[in-house]
Amino acid sequence: MADKIVEGRAPVSQKPHTVESKENGDIGGLIEIEINGRPYSVPFGITILEACKRNNIHIPTLCYHEDLCLAGACRVCVVEIEGIRTLQAACAYPITGKIKVWTTSERVRKARRHILDLLLSEHYGECYSCVRNNNCELQTLAKEYGVDFYRFGHIKEKRYEVDRSSYAIVRDMDKCVLCKRCVRTCIDLQEVGVLEATRRGYATLISTFMDKPMLDVICINCGQCINRCPTGALRAKDPSDDIWRAIDDPTKHVVIQTAPSIRAAIGEEFGLPPGNSMTGQMVTALRMIGFDRVFDTNFAADLTIMEEGTELLLRLKRKLLFGDETVKLPQFTSCSPGWIKFIEHFYPEYLEYLSTCKSPQQMFGAVIKTFYAQEMGLDPSNIITVAVMPCTAKKFECNRPEMNSSGFKDIDYGLTTRELAQMIKEAGIYLPELPKSHFDEPFGDASGAGLIFGATGGVMEAALRTVYEIVTGRPVPFENLAITPCRGMDGVRQASVVLNDVKDEWKFLEGIELKFMIAHGTANAKKVMEALIRGELEGYHFVEIMACPGGCIGGGGQPIPTSPEIRKKRAEAIYKEDAELPIRKSHENPHIKYIYEKFLVDGPCGHISHKLLHTHYTKRGKYIV
Amino acid sequence: MIFPDKNVLVNEVDTLVRKYGNGRESLLPILQDIQRKFGFISDFAMQEVAHQLNIHPVEVYGVVTFYSFLSTEPKGKYVIRLCKTISCELAGKDAVANTLERELNLKFGETSMDRKFTLEYCHCIGMCDQGPAMLINESVYTKLTPSKVIEIIESLK
Amino acid sequence: MPIINDTLFFDEKAHGEALERALMMSPQEVVMEIRESGLRGRGGAGFPTGTKWMLALSAKADKKFVVCNADEGEPGTFKDRVLLSEYTKLVLEGMVIGGYAIQAQKGFIYLRGEYAYLLEHLNTFLERMRKENRLGDNILGTSFSFDIEIRLGSGAYVCGEETALIESLEGHRGEARNRPPFPVNTGYLGYPTIVNNVETFACAYIVMSKGAQWFAKYGTEKSKGMKLISVSGDCKKPGVYEVPFGITVKELLELVQADRTKAVQIGGASGICIPMSEINRNISFEDIPTGGSVIIFNEDRSMLKVLRNFMEFFVEESCGQCTPCRVGNKKLLEGVEMLEKGECSHRYLNELIELGKTMQIASKCGLGQSSPNPFISIVTNFKDEIMSNSIRGNNGR
Repeated sequence: MADKIVEGRAPVSQKPHTVESKENGDIGGLIEIEINGRPYSVPFGITILEACKRNNIHIPTLCYHEDLCLAGACRVCVVEIEGIRTLQAACAYPITGKIKVWTTSERVRKARRHILDLLLSEHYGECYSCVRNNNCELQTLAKEYGVDFYRFGHIKEKRYEVDRSSYAIVRDMDKCVLCKRCVRTCIDLQEVGVLEATRRGYATLISTFMDKPMLDVICINCGQCINRCPTGALRAKDPSDDIWRAIDDPTKHVVIQTAPSIRAAIGEEFGLPPGNSMTGQMVTALRMIGFDRVFDTNFAADLTIMEEGTELLLRLKRKLLFGDETVKLPQFTSCSPGWIKFIEHFYPEYLEYLSTCKSPQQMFGAVIKTFYAQEMGLDPSNIITVAVMPCTAKKFECNRPEMNSSGFKDIDYGLTTRELAQMIKEAGIYLPELPKSHFDEPFGDASGAGLIFGATGGVMEAALRTVYEIVTGRPVPFENLAITPCRGMDGVRQASVVLNDVKDEWKFLEGIELKFMIAHGTANAKKVMEALIRGELEGYHFVEIMACPGGCIGGGGQPIPTSPEIRKKRAEAIYKEDAELPIRKSHENPHIKYIYEKFLVDGPCGHISHKLLHTHYTKRGKYIV
Repeated sequence: MIFPDKNVLVNEVDTLVRKYGNGRESLLPILQDIQRKFGFISDFAMQEVAHQLNIHPVEVYGVVTFYSFLSTEPKGKYVIRLCKTISCELAGKDAVANTLERELNLKFGETSMDRKFTLEYCHCIGMCDQGPAMLINESVYTKLTPSKVIEIIESLK
Repeated sequence: MPIINDTLFFDEKAHGEALERALMMSPQEVVMEIRESGLRGRGGAGFPTGTKWMLALSAKADKKFVVCNADEGEPGTFKDRVLLSEYTKLVLEGMVIGGYAIQAQKGFIYLRGEYAYLLEHLNTFLERMRKENRLGDNILGTSFSFDIEIRLGSGAYVCGEETALIESLEGHRGEARNRPPFPVNTGYLGYPTIVNNVETFACAYIVMSKGAQWFAKYGTEKSKGMKLISVSGDCKKPGVYEVPFGITVKELLELVQADRTKAVQIGGASGICIPMSEINRNISFEDIPTGGSVIIFNEDRSMLKVLRNFMEFFVEESCGQCTPCRVGNKKLLEGVEMLEKGECSHRYLNELIELGKTMQIASKCGLGQSSPNPFISIVTNFKDEIMSNSIRGNNGR
């Protein structure tokens, strides 16, 4: 965690403190301090906030976020230290001496209350008309500190127009408390650079370049800012009203697909702790809401593996067997729409490295409006395709003009986990109590390979399970198919497998060490791209990139809050479910076999799939008009 | 200087980056030079600087809007900054302000159509013992009176 | 009784050869000399200069920096302008001494944009120093090399706060940093950095030329040496005065020939405002600390108008990152507006004073911590006047 921040671009002041070793202990060595009059032993150099957390002493925070570099700006976490006149921000104060800390003294309580009063006086609107009602950190703090009147008044007029220009992200600056979490997310964590504090003093405002609408700046729609916004200043664009309307319309056949990472997170919206898989209950709920068919995006993930894996093998064949030097390797995955927009903007000269595969969401949409429509005898113009995604960038992706190869919009609406939970609640359903049920035919339940797409490294692992077996005829040489080098939360990971005793048709791959790399979070994607430009990825074959930290389980459409711990729990839930599934490899999914027999008859990367399941990219560049 | 041509700006930024270096710490000197030369920092200039220093345009925008002497809007050839801090106020700032507004036919915060004058307030310029005081570009004028202001403006017109 | 007629700065013949003397000593000895002199930072906060330098000297790093804080933005202060333009040698060679003391290689003068007209003079002076081998490689034939670069500010008061200044030097918005770590440890580009006021460097020069003992005979127990005071407002002889620490406000008023005085603002916008009943208080770190701004108001002045001017200043000049300062100052300004309209009840006024006290302890940097000072002192000391406006629109004076 700390390493990641140190490598980032955060200003020196916001990086974790380097603490020189002194007589009274090294960094990590224990030091005796006093908190609220009681003695504690804490590691030298950790912050007061961290020390309190470890000892179950609650300190309120607002601008602090585990994923982000320090700000120390909101001052909500101030504490009193004996001998220091001013209060200190617990989030930013490193313990390097035998200090005595008071976390709830009168001075502290009064200061915190004043700070809340100040924030509330500037916070326009009322809670019941806010998307973050009941999940707002400012609201929680106000309750915690017993705010029952506006001491310094309350702003009565709206000052800013809500920016709804983006397909994915809605900005309402009237609700902003200037904690700068979005700034730190966008600039330091993701290195996209859409949002920054501008102006000065009371006029300070978080804004885009030249205050342009979100649609006109280089936003990759990853939505990580939404996940970290403590209030409702940033939210996703919610299409649920349109979806309800489609459900209510008897002439429309409304199908929904649910991405692998939804099931691992949606329980949190109903008060469950992170890491509870809700697959069966969710399917039941979606039926109760009134969707005509409930499909599993994992099926499309399996389809993606077939296409993307084949594409990789074809690239290898063209390069290694035919000596075609125009073939670009390594092949980069294309499942993450945030990553796609990132590379289109920042590395437009390298688009040929991307797999041409559409993302599973879009593949599924194309299949539903063609193959499925045929099978069911439905008019595709009456089919409404909804995709529940952990992702806000999917809302942009489904509106890309090229995503209509079926003759119709592949996916009509992208819905986030949070918005789906809202629909379920609106339908009067308490998800955790529902009986389980299965996804609908003809796509049925999918393989574990499709499921693990939800975590960083999952696409790589799924692809390897299939590619290795196609080439060698044997399963990947990892216990219980768990390709552990693909797993984990390190920002950039790399590993390799050697292809031995390959099948005759893949002789040119004999003895080749298949090298792959995995990165998540676009700041890490940037590192990989810079390495590619420097020529350091020579000899690599396949790179998986996910725009969001942790992959889809940490997506911008997932339940709020997010933290490294929460993302780890969600990933564990996915890997656990994979291990329990009867089918673990994409190419063994009978429904996949069926669709290649019946519909995509010229096989993976054949003509039909090229038309329906593959796409092209746009050199966007980073100049903002 | 009316809106500079893009090529001129690219060359200018290039020269400045060579002069000051391409680290982030060169940002302010570069922006100050652009401001001095062109009278403002256009959105193209901000993007070009961001590109050369390998930072995001919005970070440059954040910096430009933070500092009072940098601007994203074109300023006049003569930027008049009248000190509005207390010592100058006590010394008769209001009479000087009224004279400036009337003679330039500008309100504070405005730039004349011909981009000759910009009239602004500023905070203490360290001439408190000789107030009211103002800056015109980088020159300082002290012990101002309405008639002295008229004289100064006439000499610039 | 303080010695009023002596001067450390204004007598050029008395300046001596500080740099020569310093370079003959070891860096440790220079730091010790500064420590013994009792010199405290002249920007207003009064941190012991010797201690600051010692921390920077003992910090281990391959690069260190010296920064001269010439962002003199405190309303009513102009003594640094005088030092920079007329006693340039004291400041610049004081910086070289500081550089030698902490073993730095490079110094910056962060000169406020408003003083851009001093740039040419300063650069000429630096060039002369380089020619005379008082700057650059192997200064005065020693193994010590040090150079100075001038960086301009761009109109942001907060950049006078040392960590905001460093942020600005690094090309960022001038937003104060979290402390610790302190600049002496993690300063410019992460390297140990001392940031000292213009006058502090000039004092360091004097200390090195005359010796710690000589310097320490001026001033009071905890405030050694002489202090430059910029006087403006209602008096016959405004200007820069050199006075020993411990001088009473009354003595100062006599010196500058102020009459019919009602109030004295000491320390600029971030200082405090005292009524005539308190003019026997003295200027020192023990009583009223100041960076050197004294603004005098006579009986004709409306204290509410004065207060409004200060609060408008802070609303615009706060960096805007921390809540107490960004929003708090706005609330205090709104309070002033209510007072002007006669709409501010005494109860609400007390709420605002309490808010001010929170701002003093909870703001992130010195700007926010001192911004409520004029509000608290004016509404407390001049309550009858400021509460006299009628809700029916009689705007008082």
